[in-house]
Amino acid sequence: MNVNFAQPLIQVRGLCKQFGELKVLENIRVDIHKGDVVFVVGPSGSGKSTFLRCLNRLEESTSGQIIVEGTDITDPKTNIDLHRQKMGMVFQQFNLFPHMDIMKNMTLAPMKLQKKSQQEAEKEAMVLLERVGLADRAHAYPSQLSGGQKQRIAIVRALAMKPDVMLFDEPTSALDPEMVGEVLNVMSELAREHMTMVVVTHEMGFAKEVATRVMFMDGGHFVEEAPPAEFFGKPKNERLKAFLSKVL
Amino acid sequence: MSEAIYNNFIKDDRWKYITDGLKVTLEVTLFAVLIGIAIGFLVAVIRSTYDKTGKLKLCNFICKLYLTIIRGTPVLVQLMIIYFVIFGSVKISKVVVAVISFGINSGAYVAEIFRSGIMSVDQGQFEAGRSLGFTYFQTMWHIIMPQAFKNVLPALGNEFISLLKETSVGSYIALQDLTKGGDIIRSRTYDAFPPLIAVALIYLALVMLFTWFVQILERRLRQSER
Repeated sequence: MNVNFAQPLIQVRGLCKQFGELKVLENIRVDIHKGDVVFVVGPSGSGKSTFLRCLNRLEESTSGQIIVEGTDITDPKTNIDLHRQKMGMVFQQFNLFPHMDIMKNMTLAPMKLQKKSQQEAEKEAMVLLERVGLADRAHAYPSQLSGGQKQRIAIVRALAMKPDVMLFDEPTSALDPEMVGEVLNVMSELAREHMTMVVVTHEMGFAKEVATRVMFMDGGHFVEEAPPAEFFGKPKNERLKAFLSKVL
Repeated sequence: MSEAIYNNFIKDDRWKYITDGLKVTLEVTLFAVLIGIAIGFLVAVIRSTYDKTGKLKLCNFICKLYLTIIRGTPVLVQLMIIYFVIFGSVKISKVVVAVISFGINSGAYVAEIFRSGIMSVDQGQFEAGRSLGFTYFQTMWHIIMPQAFKNVLPALGNEFISLLKETSVGSYIALQDLTKGGDIIRSRTYDAFPPLIAVALIYLALVMLFTWFVQILERRLRQSER
């Protein structure tokens, strides 16, 4: 039994999100503990990305609470910018800053937001770049990198803020197939180091390998969640079974 | 030919009408550009903040009113209203009136140029900045603006070229600018060709110089995209 009595890092309670009349998320309840590697899978349009983007309020929720480290971040009085500094996010389209070289991409936030000296920020950035094997590209511009390289940079750019949790929004969906592996390697290394991660993805094999928990979203609900062995081995929900039979 | 040049430019130091006029034209253009950029920047930020977030509703309304009025009326009429109506009973330098008028006028065009630049930057850039913990305005300043500026540089260069040439209508309030300088010489010598061609060549040279400068700037800013 894997019981964690500590307070969850993120508690989602009764989260709803509507776009006009369309209900995208309905009454979501989730706990994410420190060190969890949670994978969110499901058909497109099921609300996975919206759920993820609500966690750092890139998408404003319609109702419900999201309590991160004890603070309800949906409260308008909460300083969301401070919380986002502790929640790294990686996007499908990388979103590197094209007018800055890699080093500047990685040091901008630590220097401006955490008041680190340039020297300190660059030293830390170099360590991260070496970890992902891109130290020699420190002074290249994003347009000079391949997709896989860009996404690895995007990951370490978020890590440079030393976040408590990393959110991944389909990080490999925009990559050529031969570049997917290098990004997944970086992510599984993070998981091994017990980084708390929430990952929206279509990479089922990868989910099976590194997730501590897999959640299936359909029609704005989490209809099943289980450790990966059980999730993929003995799915209970009919819609999950149908979904898995299509994607596996 | 040499007699014409002597009569129009050398005699009675007439060339001074040209050089003094040029100084006024450059002065008016420079300060009007600065005012235009300041107003344009402010209006563009307010308008795109409203477009993106729905905040600043009242400010956005005021900005739209400003844009409609300024872009909907001729600059010459605006200049005369400011000189004869608003400052009608006040003794004020014509250069200052010209700077204010052209600055306010240019601001409206610069605002829409800047705004199109801001809107042309991918929304993902904005989200990336916010997700790192930057505030709305930090994201604007460090991430969106530099890219927006690069995108609109050619349009901005065009606007300044028009502004430089537009200042010639300052003659209507008897602003002693380059155009007026040439015209004064013409009225003294009754020989229109040399002074007006000289004035035209000077405008042309200024515009070519400025175009060249913008091209260099553009090339330097584009370096990161290769």
